[in-house]
Amino acid sequence: MNRQRWSLWWFIGTLVFALLLMLVPLPAVLEPFKPYWPALILLYWTLESEDRVTLGLAFAIGLGADLLNGVVLGEQALRLCALVFIALRFRSRLRFFPMWQQTLAVLALLLNDRLLLLTVRVLSGASLPPSNWWISPFVGAALWPFLFLLLDDLRARLRLQ
Amino acid sequence: MARARDESSPLFAGNAAGTLRLIFYLALAVVLMVLDQRNGWLWRLRYHAAAVVEPVYRLAGLPALGVRTLSVAFADRERLTEQNQRLREDLLLANAKLNRMAAVAEQNQHLKELLDTQHSLELNVQLARVIGVDMGAYRYQLTLNVGARDGVKPGQPVIDAHGVMGQVKEVLPTTSVVMLVTDPEHAIPVVIERSGLRTVAYGSRDGEQLTLPDIPLAADVRVGDHLLTSGLGGRFPPGFPVGEIRSVAPASTGMFLVAQAQPAADIDRSDDVLLLHDQAEPDGPPAPVKPMGPPKDLAPPAGDAQGAPSNQTDTPASKPSTPSAAGGVPR
Repeated sequence: MNRQRWSLWWFIGTLVFALLLMLVPLPAVLEPFKPYWPALILLYWTLESEDRVTLGLAFAIGLGADLLNGVVLGEQALRLCALVFIALRFRSRLRFFPMWQQTLAVLALLLNDRLLLLTVRVLSGASLPPSNWWISPFVGAALWPFLFLLLDDLRARLRLQ
Repeated sequence: MARARDESSPLFAGNAAGTLRLIFYLALAVVLMVLDQRNGWLWRLRYHAAAVVEPVYRLAGLPALGVRTLSVAFADRERLTEQNQRLREDLLLANAKLNRMAAVAEQNQHLKELLDTQHSLELNVQLARVIGVDMGAYRYQLTLNVGARDGVKPGQPVIDAHGVMGQVKEVLPTTSVVMLVTDPEHAIPVVIERSGLRTVAYGSRDGEQLTLPDIPLAADVRVGDHLLTSGLGGRFPPGFPVGEIRSVAPASTGMFLVAQAQPAADIDRSDDVLLLHDQAEPDGPPAPVKPMGPPKDLAPPAGDAQGAPSNQTDTPASKPSTPSAAGGVPR
């Protein structure tokens, strides 16, 4: 019982931490390299947790991120929903991929996410972003194996689900 | 753990319910986006959710604050001494300039009193500190640690020691968001200091420079010219440095010159900024000027002019000395 509660808090904690990481500023040089943390953490939980991550949760987290970031309400909700939907659909396969294939899949998901974002931005009248805007998904994918192993290891050590 | 849900997480095919839910959520997101784009709900929502949003900002700003504190704590003595020395020299220089300016300002004040205008050189400012929060892809915004409770209002100009930074865009109870002059959606009316040419400086796409896209071809603009606020539009008071022209080239259409300018303010590096409380003159015609002329008691009895104001429009020239008739005409 207690363990379950801890697991739940750990789950919520990582998601909140992801939102905070999204808000923490980096030096201007590193700025384009910042990965989209909420997507990475959500992906991890999508693959690892049986049925905690649903589309509704992704939507709610997206709305929270929109609220914090000050972008158009619903933008990140849309992106995270699409991401989680694809991940959920291929979950059974993604889980048993070797790490390098999983990383490629994550890269594809993050690139798709950027495309979605670009579509939304252009439709709402913003100008095209500079080319270094496309670096972020690659950084996210490069971090994926480490993030995945780290979170898995922590979870095993803490004996959480 | 027993896998009881095998049939609901099949290896290949997805179920229709999931797709339906996805469509539902995507539609919901799109509707929200459209509504928000139209009505700007987000800011109202943020204002009401401020109790949640603001602590998160403070929390997210902690690492930046920590880095700043650490850099001060571990800065070596030599560098601090050097910095101190430089600041002393700057202060000395600034004070010397101020002393000279004081005389000029007094003279200016005197002349302005003679001219009976109400502009003043006094600055009514409020110091604010930048909270380090990354506002997503929009790097043209700053978050400040003052808000509605400190009397901040949307539209207030924000400056630093070197020039105009931007204006307050949205206000939360204890924080506020500043739109920088380099925002592609920002425009600021400027005047070129050397030639007096008035134009408008827009933010640029890369968010680091200012663009002046519509300078007449024959205009006298050179690299190195300084831009000041012109005060037109009533948002920014006149005379603040905005930037310095870095390049001038004909536009691709050949109709105008396009200039790029470097902002005068330290957009990336300012930690402390000033909020101007002195709002510039409001839009519209200037306030009625006090009539200058012979004293009122020398005027002929004005009872007929006040009794029949419609006469004014018919024969305004017939009563040049009545105050009510001269009221609307600025001199």
